[in-house]
Amino acid sequence: MREDEIASWVSDAHAAFAAAADLDTLKIARLTHSGDKSPIALASRGLGALPADEKMQYGKLIGDAKASIASSLADATSVLEAERDMKVLLEEILDVTLASNRSHRGGLHPISIMKNEISDFFIEQGYSVQEGPEMESGWLNFDALNIPPDHPARTMQDTFFLEPIESGIVLRTQTSPVQIRTMLTSSPPIYIISPGRTFRADGLDATHSPVFHQVEGLVVDRGITMAHLKGTLDNFAQAMFGPDVTTRLRPSFFPFTEPSAEVDIYFNNRWIEWGGCGMVNPKVLQTCGIDTEIFSGFAFGMGIERTLMVRHGITDMHDIVEGDLRFTRQFGVGL
Amino acid sequence: MRAPRSWLKEFAAIPTSLSSDEIAQAFIRVGFEVEEIIETGVDLTGPLVIGDVVSIEEITEFKKPIRFVGLDCGEGKIRFVICGAFNFKVGDLVVVALPGAVLPGGFEIAQRETYGKISDGMICSSRELALSDEHAGIMVIAPGQAHIGDDAIVLLEINDTIFDIAVNPDRGYALSIRGLAREIAGVLGLSYTDPVEALRSCEFEERGIGVKPVLETGASVLYLTTLGNYNPQSPTPLWIIRRLEKMGMRSISLAVDITNYVMLELGQPMHAFDRSEISGDIRIGRLKTGESFITLDSQERNVSPDDVVVMDDKRTLAIAGIMGGAGSEINELTTELVIEAARFDPMAIAKSSRRHKLSTEASRRFERSVDASLAQFASARCAQLLIEFAGAVHIQTRSSGKPVYAPIVQLDPQYISRVLGIDVPEQKICEILTMLGCDVDADFNVDPPSWRWDLTQPADFVEEVARMLGYDSIPSHLPPRPLHASLTAAQKRRRAIALSLAAQGLSEVQTFPFTNDALIASMGYVAERASTYRLANPMSEDNPVLRTHLLPGLAQVAQRNIGRGAKDIAIFEIASIFRNSQDLGPAISPELGAKPSDNIIADIFASVPVQHLHCAGLLGGKIERESWRGKARSFDHNDAIAHVERILELSNLSYSLKRSDFAPWHPGRCVEFIIDGRPVAHAGELHPRVVEQFSLPLRSVAFVINLDALPQTPMVRAQSVAVMPPATQDVSLIVDTSVLAGDIEAALREGAGELLESITLFDRYAAIGEGKVSLAFTLTFRAPDRTLTGDEVSAMREAATAVAVNKYGAEVRTA
Repeated sequence: MREDEIASWVSDAHAAFAAAADLDTLKIARLTHSGDKSPIALASRGLGALPADEKMQYGKLIGDAKASIASSLADATSVLEAERDMKVLLEEILDVTLASNRSHRGGLHPISIMKNEISDFFIEQGYSVQEGPEMESGWLNFDALNIPPDHPARTMQDTFFLEPIESGIVLRTQTSPVQIRTMLTSSPPIYIISPGRTFRADGLDATHSPVFHQVEGLVVDRGITMAHLKGTLDNFAQAMFGPDVTTRLRPSFFPFTEPSAEVDIYFNNRWIEWGGCGMVNPKVLQTCGIDTEIFSGFAFGMGIERTLMVRHGITDMHDIVEGDLRFTRQFGVGL
Repeated sequence: MRAPRSWLKEFAAIPTSLSSDEIAQAFIRVGFEVEEIIETGVDLTGPLVIGDVVSIEEITEFKKPIRFVGLDCGEGKIRFVICGAFNFKVGDLVVVALPGAVLPGGFEIAQRETYGKISDGMICSSRELALSDEHAGIMVIAPGQAHIGDDAIVLLEINDTIFDIAVNPDRGYALSIRGLAREIAGVLGLSYTDPVEALRSCEFEERGIGVKPVLETGASVLYLTTLGNYNPQSPTPLWIIRRLEKMGMRSISLAVDITNYVMLELGQPMHAFDRSEISGDIRIGRLKTGESFITLDSQERNVSPDDVVVMDDKRTLAIAGIMGGAGSEINELTTELVIEAARFDPMAIAKSSRRHKLSTEASRRFERSVDASLAQFASARCAQLLIEFAGAVHIQTRSSGKPVYAPIVQLDPQYISRVLGIDVPEQKICEILTMLGCDVDADFNVDPPSWRWDLTQPADFVEEVARMLGYDSIPSHLPPRPLHASLTAAQKRRRAIALSLAAQGLSEVQTFPFTNDALIASMGYVAERASTYRLANPMSEDNPVLRTHLLPGLAQVAQRNIGRGAKDIAIFEIASIFRNSQDLGPAISPELGAKPSDNIIADIFASVPVQHLHCAGLLGGKIERESWRGKARSFDHNDAIAHVERILELSNLSYSLKRSDFAPWHPGRCVEFIIDGRPVAHAGELHPRVVEQFSLPLRSVAFVINLDALPQTPMVRAQSVAVMPPATQDVSLIVDTSVLAGDIEAALREGAGELLESITLFDRYAAIGEGKVSLAFTLTFRAPDRTLTGDEVSAMREAATAVAVNKYGAEVRTA
């Protein structure tokens, strides 16, 4: 075994690999120059018979030679594989723009999307989301909210009553009974919103529906002021309508708040009535067992349909309530 | 409530420099929504003058009769015009638009030839000038109220601004010019003259005995002013007619016009009776028994002891505070009048108004509280005007009862700053409350004015101070926020379910919860799903009850979409259902102002029936959209079942299945999902009858999950993953077709032992006949600590098959 002999095995292998025109030829060259019967493999197997000093010397030479052959084989293989891929895979070209997703297009109802968005906004502010029954006690829906028995809202024109009427059970006209339930069963600090379905005995037209959704907010804590109400509404309005929206409070009247206000937003170059709000009437807090010497609170309420219609330019309530999928699908899941 | 600027100006010194918009903004700032600003007369240009009718030539040769009228308009010549109206005679004063004038609607007046004459102007009706809707004839001005040649635009005060204002129900005092003028003066810092001040010193000579007032119940004060020598022919002064018109009212007769005028000016509704129709005293009280009563609008109404009424010794004269009767009204022969002014109990009037479904100018004011002491001054104002314009003489004013005022409130001025979040100096608070009519002493004992029955607690005064300062003076801060909040587990799960269904191609819909008994019956619902609650006042008799299940609503939505061209349907809804789980008992209404006891609160909560939240889906037609890859298969019962399985798997809940004959599903193709022994969901193919009823695609399928019945997902105790190799064994069993695959699978699972990792049905061969089916399962075993031997695995397979063989008579199929 000679050094130049080993070098020639290496150069022969390099030349044969480089000359291989395809992977099949390369395979033959591989068997010849680095297979079990190749000179280098035979020499490697013969190392054991050599005296110790030669074993060392030739062991290293043969090791280097094998590495060099392997490396050039790998190079040749990757070149030839790439050539093959180019040729074969190009023949497999497909029109990948043909429709792939054949499943029906689903989505959430825009009211749900808006409810989720509002809930997420308030959860981030530390509010929890409270819910309550849609068929509700009249005492929780009216009396406890300081709406007296003869208030116009309590007439059959405005409220759906269940039979028998003496039960006082109604389809809730607002989500405020959820506020009362919360105050009756927990103590301040209270930071909640109550989104949900509400009912008014109104005919369905372009802007009204007998079944609609509201979100109300209630905060009861130490030192809560009307400035806090204003700050919360400003923040909420910006989350709903973008950073450029302006809010305005106008004095108004609700039995459950005092002072009361309407909240308007300036959106798309005009003032739009958005909802009602105010400082929780001390009478309401007292009925719920909250010490008005220590705690005060604010509340607000908006129509979710109204918010949706204003923000998305929806002009007909029918689109929201009819369940036509062509309308709903425009919104995806709102993300 | 309308408010003409010209009238407001009489009490509030509004400078001419102030624009209509500035005034409207000021009203809005203090809580009076201005719904419309009506600028009257902007589309009218003169010359518009008063003319005297000097000659009338009746022209009859045309299809319709017509008049050719000679007019003296103070021009030194007679002007002739054609006129189609007949309600005037020679000597009457009329309003004439001269050539060059432009009437509302762009109607230009010019000299023109018509009916063979030259018409040199036009005699105008009230509607043609947009003064009112009156178009029965042309306007005739009563003698002495105008002069020939007067500029009618000035005389009729045509150029004005009318604010149409929405008054909140707590502000009854603002249903008057007096009240609105005070507000606008207050917010703009203008000087204000209360018209009542001048009436305080008003006294009339007594000339006899007037009708005696008797107050039994339903009012705190009753004033009766008896006047004689009334001339029923006296015309209503033009300026009163014009003001009534601007307020949207019509002139009726002088006495009625004056009571209306005083009501609008001061806020006190009044009623004028013909004294000759009154027998004895006039009393306010209740009837002992109900009776039929004809009101001024000629309607017959049933008056009951629940109504407060005005009576004399013989009969009912009026439903108090709402409407008078036809029998005692002023007529063209009336010479003696009784003017009634009372302060009725707001609640009583509100109740009667609703009972009779009759809302009038008077009832709207009474139910919102009329100034407690106004009856006296309004009576005086009325007498003053009747004496001046009808030549009436005062006979006697008699009263019964005393005004009842809102109590004095002790106010902590600091409280106002505390609620508003701004420092309001005591001096400023005092100034505002005084301007609003309150008396404030050094200790801040606040005595509200007689017209403010809404100011009863400190919070009410906070609103008054805030709105006069302007809500815009309150800064914007965020409250201290709690440390943490999140959705509840149930809320998170609901959201995940909705998103997952949406991601799988279902669209969410929301339906109304109203339905009807026939629909419930047609779906085949029985027991709890056939029993619901009924609305006392449904939107329509078509749907008078509440839904017990979501599927009918989904079927209707599907039907609507199909009707509009949709072919395939994949929809879901998450909403409450209402089943009659308990009778609705009498209302529980504890006293307000203090927290009810825990027991009562619990009773109130328990009085409201449970309303479960369901999630339902309906799928019909092709499972995929039409595409270039050809026709897709149709939805089948598996798809509905799979949705429930996925939802329960997402919720990490284990369940078992059972075939169920459950409406509205196909009796042989519905599965019930059971968790902890309770049914939680149903899914499968809809009953063909239901499919047909709603014209749904053939073999439509549906699922319903009772979300409230799903247990909370248990906290996961994680197990480490076994790394030893699995061993698989296939088992093929022949069973009767009536045996459920799910049952066989459960039997295999039961027999296979603890080391069974999973079980998969990989083949179902039904074509072997004789009522038999072949089911082939792969059982995968794995031990946590060792590689299983062939013998061990065979033994476990044998044990598994043995249970299936014993329980269901399965026969092991050999290859």
